[in-house]
Amino acid sequence: MKNSNLYSGEFACLEKANVDTDQIIPKQFLKSISKTGLGPYLFDAWRFLDEGFLGKKLSDRKINPDFILNKPTYSGINVLISDDNFGCGSSREHAVWALKDFGINVVIASSFGDIFFNNCFKNGVLAIKISQDQINEIFFQQRQNSQKQIEIDLINQKIKIQNIKLIDFEIDEFRKNCLLEGLDDIGFSLKYETEISNYENKLKQLRPWILNE
Amino acid sequence: MSQKTLYDKIWEEHFVVDREDGSTLMYIDRHLVHEVTSPQAFDGLRQNNLIPRQINTIIATPDHNVPTTERAKDIEGIKDPVSKLQVVTLNDNCDEFGINQFKLNDERQGIVHVIGPEQGITLPGMTIVCGDSHTSTHGAFGSLAMGIGTSEVEHVLATQCLVSQKQKNMLIEIVGELQKGVTAKDITMFIIGRIGTAGGTGHVIEYSGEAIENLSMEGRMTLCNMAIEAGARAGMVAPDEKTFDYVSDKPFAPKGKELENAINYWKTLKTDPNASFDKIHSFSAEEILPQVTWGTSPEMVTHVDDSIPDVKEDNKTLMSALDYMGLKPGTKIKDIELDQIFIGSCTNSRIEDLRAASKILDGNKISKNIKRAIVVPGSGLVKKQAEAEGLDEIFKTAGFEWRDAGCSMCLGMNPDQLKEFERCASTSNRNFEGRQGFKGRTHLVSPTMAAAASLEGKFIDVREL
Repeated sequence: MKNSNLYSGEFACLEKANVDTDQIIPKQFLKSISKTGLGPYLFDAWRFLDEGFLGKKLSDRKINPDFILNKPTYSGINVLISDDNFGCGSSREHAVWALKDFGINVVIASSFGDIFFNNCFKNGVLAIKISQDQINEIFFQQRQNSQKQIEIDLINQKIKIQNIKLIDFEIDEFRKNCLLEGLDDIGFSLKYETEISNYENKLKQLRPWILNE
Repeated sequence: MSQKTLYDKIWEEHFVVDREDGSTLMYIDRHLVHEVTSPQAFDGLRQNNLIPRQINTIIATPDHNVPTTERAKDIEGIKDPVSKLQVVTLNDNCDEFGINQFKLNDERQGIVHVIGPEQGITLPGMTIVCGDSHTSTHGAFGSLAMGIGTSEVEHVLATQCLVSQKQKNMLIEIVGELQKGVTAKDITMFIIGRIGTAGGTGHVIEYSGEAIENLSMEGRMTLCNMAIEAGARAGMVAPDEKTFDYVSDKPFAPKGKELENAINYWKTLKTDPNASFDKIHSFSAEEILPQVTWGTSPEMVTHVDDSIPDVKEDNKTLMSALDYMGLKPGTKIKDIELDQIFIGSCTNSRIEDLRAASKILDGNKISKNIKRAIVVPGSGLVKKQAEAEGLDEIFKTAGFEWRDAGCSMCLGMNPDQLKEFERCASTSNRNFEGRQGFKGRTHLVSPTMAAAASLEGKFIDVREL
């Protein structure tokens, strides 16, 4: 059963352009061989004043009280709204795993790094592009009114925030279905076994050096 | 017949099928694997009872985590147990699935984007993926090469295909000849300064023009390496005689009649004269000067004779970048004093880079205020070649440390890191906060500019030496 309200909740604004994946999850946490457990280190160098490492306990950390996600009012957010080129840089899927593990399953920005954007949908995280004017309006309104409730209707592609005009957003049909149906991407591709095999047979004739047989 | 770009041609050549959800399966010719972004993908295969579909298209090597000293100790030289586990996990996975790996003790080990071309694993017209954004490097050979996430790594292992959508075409043309002393690194940084780090988002960039044609293969790799820093997942240069010469004698390249056939095919890999691009940028080679970044994004860049811009107080992004870098608006680039020098990374660790840097250093000593200068060859074979040419002696005499191959200080996943507030002239590709070490400060430059800065202790225009 399709649930359009999977993504509604509370939001916080990270008013910064070019938030790269090195910031979302710093390099030392990529040593993990697991997809889980990265939430405590999300935005590590911004959330904490001390240097983190895998396994460092929260009770041993110096919290940066000025960082937006450390403010008590935002402790329950699942939506992060940021500026231009969010998730640029490294291909590390750990960035999405960290966001998800932290409890964030929606990221809204005026643009995204291409690889990060793809990685989001592979993990059930909804990445939404809206215009820079709409982003600026949300930043402005939140500074004025501190609202944090957000309704995201994925089926009808609408974002509702109090005091802000209803926002329509675009999303590729296949990405949308992926999220709504919880698709097994590899299983789906493997249905095309015949086409892949046919391609490989042709490849062996045309460019035999590729498969090195 | 419609006119096609180089990207259009490679895309069509690798089209397998349109999935019913509207995406396309694109066939993948080469898959490069390293220790950081693969363990979860191999776990996924095991969970789903799958195996890699085309084992001969995959090559693996450890690079991100590996220390660049004590290589003789092999894996036992990795002191951090978490890093060690990741490298051991790569070994186990490659052994289990029968994947060809250049292990840590193999002289062919190195940065994945250095060894691909070095071995002829990378060839023109291929589709190449790797769980690393700097896979764009391989576009230098006229291949379509892009970084992918770990879920995609798993998907490519299992299906030999990538779920794709056609990107837009962008042409970046560099007209005329470069000034003396200006390098491929300066071109690629200059472009990012002009079009921004999101300028190429959603596009595949093709670089062309006289200045690009004149670049060596190493130079083209440097250029394409940073396409991702301009937002483009892939950058490419059409293959030419220089490309064919470079790949022809490489171990994994086709031989004899098959090579002839391959070259005949590769010669068709160029953009048709009247093909259309969605976006075209054209710059004059003459206006490109040696570049230095001053902020925490590669687009925060200028030339060495310039100053940091007069950033307005209300510009949060720029102000926080300058605050992080410990710099003030209006400061002259040449007044910035340095603590460390790093020559290496998938951008600039090839033999030509080391030759160029050593030429600047030959017979000179690094400045007293430089706490550490290291040079890290991109592969064991680059190291061997440099030693055969005596470059190691030039570096060591100048005061540089001569290291073993790996990603090293490009990202602090290994022991090579900046300390808090240390400032580094680095030939790597990202000046992001903390990338070279917690609170470390990175300035991106070319190998010759890094070498020149090591002698002066601060930035100078390499053309003045």
